Amino acid sequence: MSTQRTPVSFLAAALLAVGWTSHAALAADLAVEALAAPCAGCHGTDGTSVGLAAPTIAGLPKDYFNEAMFGYKTDTKPATVMGRIAKGYDDKQTEALAAHFAAKPFGRPGGQAIDSARLAKGRELADKYCQKCHENEGRDADGVGVLAGQKLTYMQFSVSDFLAGKREMDKRQKARFEELVKDHGAPAFTDILHYYANVK
Amino acid sequence: MLAPDRRSFLKLTAAGVAAAGVSMPWVARAATQRVVVIGGGPGGATAAHYLKRFAPELDVTLIEANANYHTCFMSNEVVAGLRKLDELAVGFDGLKKAGVTVVTDLVTGIDATAKTVATKGGQSFGYDRCIVAAGIDFKFDAIAGYSAEAAEAMPHAYKAGPQTTLLRRQLEAMPDGGTFVLVAPPNPFRCPPGPYERASLVADYFKRNKPKSKVVILDAKDAFSKQKLFEEAWTRFFGYGTADSMITWVPAKQGGTVKEVDVAGRTVVAEAGRFKGDVVNLIPPQMAGRIARDAGLAEKGWAAIDARTFESKAVPGVHVIGDAAVATAMPKSGYAASSQAKAAAAAVIQLLRGQPVFSVPLINTCYSFINKDYCFSIAGIYEPSPDGATLAERTDAGGTSPLAKDDDYRLREARYAHSWFDNIVKDSWG
Ligand SMILES: Cc1cc2nc3c(=O)[nH]c(=O)nc-3n(C[C@H](O)[C@H](O)[C@H](O)COP(=O)(O)OP(=O)(O)OC[C@H]3O[C@@H](n4cnc5c(N)ncnc54)[C@H](O)[C@@H]3O)c2cc1C
Repeated sequence: MSTQRTPVSFLAAALLAVGWTSHAALAADLAVEALAAPCAGCHGTDGTSVGLAAPTIAGLPKDYFNEAMFGYKTDTKPATVMGRIAKGYDDKQTEALAAHFAAKPFGRPGGQAIDSARLAKGRELADKYCQKCHENEGRDADGVGVLAGQKLTYMQFSVSDFLAGKREMDKRQKARFEELVKDHGAPAFTDILHYYANVK
Repeated sequence: MLAPDRRSFLKLTAAGVAAAGVSMPWVARAATQRVVVIGGGPGGATAAHYLKRFAPELDVTLIEANANYHTCFMSNEVVAGLRKLDELAVGFDGLKKAGVTVVTDLVTGIDATAKTVATKGGQSFGYDRCIVAAGIDFKFDAIAGYSAEAAEAMPHAYKAGPQTTLLRRQLEAMPDGGTFVLVAPPNPFRCPPGPYERASLVADYFKRNKPKSKVVILDAKDAFSKQKLFEEAWTRFFGYGTADSMITWVPAKQGGTVKEVDVAGRTVVAEAGRFKGDVVNLIPPQMAGRIARDAGLAEKGWAAIDARTFESKAVPGVHVIGDAAVATAMPKSGYAASSQAKAAAAAVIQLLRGQPVFSVPLINTCYSFINKDYCFSIAGIYEPSPDGATLAERTDAGGTSPLAKDDDYRLREARYAHSWFDNIVKDSWG
């Protein structure tokens, strides 16, 4: 079978096949890929963690990523290693990383130890206290982190930091947290987190 | 005409490019460029994986002597009975799926002029660039009376596999009240905190199962990685510093250097005297894996490299990463090998494309356990110095976990360490 193609369309196909549009763009892409690649050791290939504690950092809004890195750099956000690692990246590098990971899909590989007995209660509480900001079952992240399919262990650490006053909350979040604790007690967070961790 | 095969497709592409007036020198130069990676540990596996991820058009071949690999990371948990050796096994199917050609064979020579790699099985592989990640070998002859055979009685357990299981069995068979003697190697060696993590996890096993037993570390050094954190934990959990401490550390300045062993008598001879162990774990001094030495890459035992590209200073066209390389100031760790592999993959691609090589920061993070819920870390960010002489550590970043942290902090690091294991294994071997 014969296929007739003009050189230009052939070129376009070739360029699309290798995923770039110009020489310089290719070099720039590789530079950002190489900058981001070492993060995968802890956060998983392309930022989706298959470990049970380190959070997935793919698909996070750029602002959220940048703010988190700023918090780590200034020791204002609780951390173990991230306080030490973030300081090694300047603002330009941090912004490039934020854009890179924001463009990657937030993977949900499963494998977490979900207690299914908690899911119904968790969902009910999440609908009442959380979903106004964590929309679409925690998948959307407009100014907040992604909760859907995030690592349970990481979210438990985060909630305990919020409740202990070690991690800053905005007014709205603080009010909701206080309300939830007053109505249902702090252990109710566990139900909510199991529910969110289980969202596919 | 039938649908063009890959080769003519690329030739046509080059013609198309010329017609369109765009410069694509690397496509025009060769149809398919070949990179051969030697060694399928975290260094080599990651290099092969990321070469394909960064540049799917490359022809990447990984040659590894064994059909599968056991990670050394978390192997101290096997020694302490917290994990099974099988959980450390990885295969190469993931890399095959990623488009890497995986060959099980031992590389016996690299001809840098002909640009070929020869194997024990009689195969020959041509390359445009070669990456060597051969790990380490032991200097068995550095300690009188020790040898590869002697390691069957006094295991090193410093390459994971049967040696790890052997040491585990010896510890299980040891009666309560026995002594575990661990001989720690001189610098440089793989996993600088490894011997001390092992001593800790074995002491924790003793505490739970054989509480009258002791751990004696005979050291060829006067200081070691994360020392203050280890000592803080040893003081808390094992009475370190008291008369009946479960752990004793004998540094070089107190005669800890071991020069000789009596294998039949399960005794090691240190400058401080003779130490009889019910179990002796002798971790010998180390050097780059044999192929690196045979190929002329490692004149002083380790392969000197340009830190910007990881290209050998001795043999052009051959890059060395991981434990076999002198990547000062990065430690010899799995995380370091993985970071170097990614940077080297990017550099190799740019060299093949005839582009200037850029530099990116490299990360190392390395966790050490005292018990299953108590763990701490060291982290560092490294950048090649402008002349490529070293991978300089950023002084405004990195460092160890703080001293005097609460149990929650140590528990979090334990959870993050196990999480790291799952991620790095998948990221390296696919
Ligand atoms: C007890 C212990 C605990 C550790 N814990 C950690 C940890 O928690 N975190 C961490 O980051 N690091 C840790 N490490 C260090 C880590 O295991 C090494 O730094 C890492 O394995 C180095 O990777 P590499 O690819 O350079 O070499 P290796 O892992 O040694 O791999 C080399 C591979 O090359 C193959 N090979 C060699 N020569 C040839 C040849 N001629 N032909 C074909 N194949 C060949 C070998 O078979 C081997 O598979 C630990 C090490 C030990 C011993």
